[in-house]
Amino acid sequence: MVFIWFVDVTYLFFLFQNISPYFWSSLGIALCVGLSVVGAAWGIFITGSSLMGAAQRVPRITSKNLISIIFCEAVAIYGVIVAIILQTKVEAVKPRDDGSYSLAAANAGYAILGAGSVTGWANLACGLSVGIVGSSAALSDAANATLFVKILVVEIFASALGLFGVIIGIIMAGNANFVGA
Amino acid sequence: MSTAEMCLFNVKDGFLEGVVRGYKLGLLTAADYNNLSQCENLEDIKLYLTGTDYAQYVSNEAGPLHTTTLVECCTRKLVDDWEYLRQNASEPLGTFLDYCTFGHMIDNIVLIVTGTLHERDVQELLDKCNPLGVFDAIATLAVAQNMRDLYRLVLVDTPLAPYFSEHLTSEDLDEMNIEVLRNTLYKAYLDDFAGLCGRLGGATHQVMGDLLAFEADRRALNITLNSIGTELTRDDRRRLYANFGLLYPNGQNELALAEDFDQIRAAMEKCPPYQAIFSKLGAGESVMLDKVLYEEEAKRAMQTFEQQFHYGVFYSYMRLRCVVC
Repeated sequence: MVFIWFVDVTYLFFLFQNISPYFWSSLGIALCVGLSVVGAAWGIFITGSSLMGAAQRVPRITSKNLISIIFCEAVAIYGVIVAIILQTKVEAVKPRDDGSYSLAAANAGYAILGAGSVTGWANLACGLSVGIVGSSAALSDAANATLFVKILVVEIFASALGLFGVIIGIIMAGNANFVGA
Repeated sequence: MSTAEMCLFNVKDGFLEGVVRGYKLGLLTAADYNNLSQCENLEDIKLYLTGTDYAQYVSNEAGPLHTTTLVECCTRKLVDDWEYLRQNASEPLGTFLDYCTFGHMIDNIVLIVTGTLHERDVQELLDKCNPLGVFDAIATLAVAQNMRDLYRLVLVDTPLAPYFSEHLTSEDLDEMNIEVLRNTLYKAYLDDFAGLCGRLGGATHQVMGDLLAFEADRRALNITLNSIGTELTRDDRRRLYANFGLLYPNGQNELALAEDFDQIRAAMEKCPPYQAIFSKLGAGESVMLDKVLYEEEAKRAMQTFEQQFHYGVFYSYMRLRCVVC
């Protein structure tokens, strides 16, 4: 028995091995949708409040600046799409007699956890980033109409971050197969 | 500015920041002033102003326009804007907005007290008060016979009460020259305001710290200039300077000892930002100083709008409007 401080590491590892892969995959899917939605919501309120305030005096900015809100919303949609893809990978597999799962099942559980986490955290950061830039875009557009298109370029780069998360998530989950060898 | 600040500022204050930036867009620009200076008479000015943000204020004025009514319109616009901001503000923005108006409150109190001492009509004095700085019991200021009554009856209920009790006893209040009283109150106010901004932290603290430091130094300079040759002792003069700012404490020590404009200039020029300001004046010119300081304040106020997610924009907007009015 190996101890670090008062923690029995061997036992801890044993516990970890025996957590069902279905727990990990469900956690991954939950993180995917949950964090993406948090990111999108956060971005929307950051942009929306500045947009409302600036539109008091310069109402023309409202139609163009809805693009910022749409970019934020897209982040939530990415999360939902990846969650649906991950969920289709989950299949019921019987554990062995001693309670452990096959290597393929264990790997699939971890892969879906990783894929969901990546997508979730990337979308959280993306939503925040797009929100803050969108807020600045609304205020700058109110002051000077020529600035909007330039700041939109910055926003497009920010929204690419969410796509990175989606791509990596799908690649990671691509090999996940509960019933494989 | 921290990430948390950027992400969480808009929860409570995002809308009002957008609104105040919209107000600032309505300030008259150099192009407006050029056009206004080409107007032949007051009717032309009124016509021009109906094309700006002042439209609804100016168009209500019937018939011949006086210069005072124009100033009144501008002030009314500021007051309406400020009321909107204050009504919609949540804490801590509400406290911050209140603090911005305490300076005007101090001016109003001094105005009414001086006017009462010179036996002016109360209503006339109240009309002259800056509307941003009125509080409920302001009319009763005229009733007080001396400073002690003033404090006991009226001022103890206002937010300015703590500024009185710090270094002033009631004997002091009776004997004190009114200008010294004004500057003492203003010093306590600036210290308090700087404390509030420190507690708010983050970008607000940074931006407001710079603005208030400039204000404190500017007032120190004006106090020194105005007290040369008067009977204000050096210690008294030193006590009127605020407890922060670029000149604190060494520059203020030197300013307290200065006896003429050149010595003041020498003391101020040891500070690099003020050296730049003083280099715009020729040797021995003190008349242009006000104008140069005004421009510097306006420039700094405009610069605060370059950063987002802080309260400095509200304070700057108020200062810029006061410059326009």
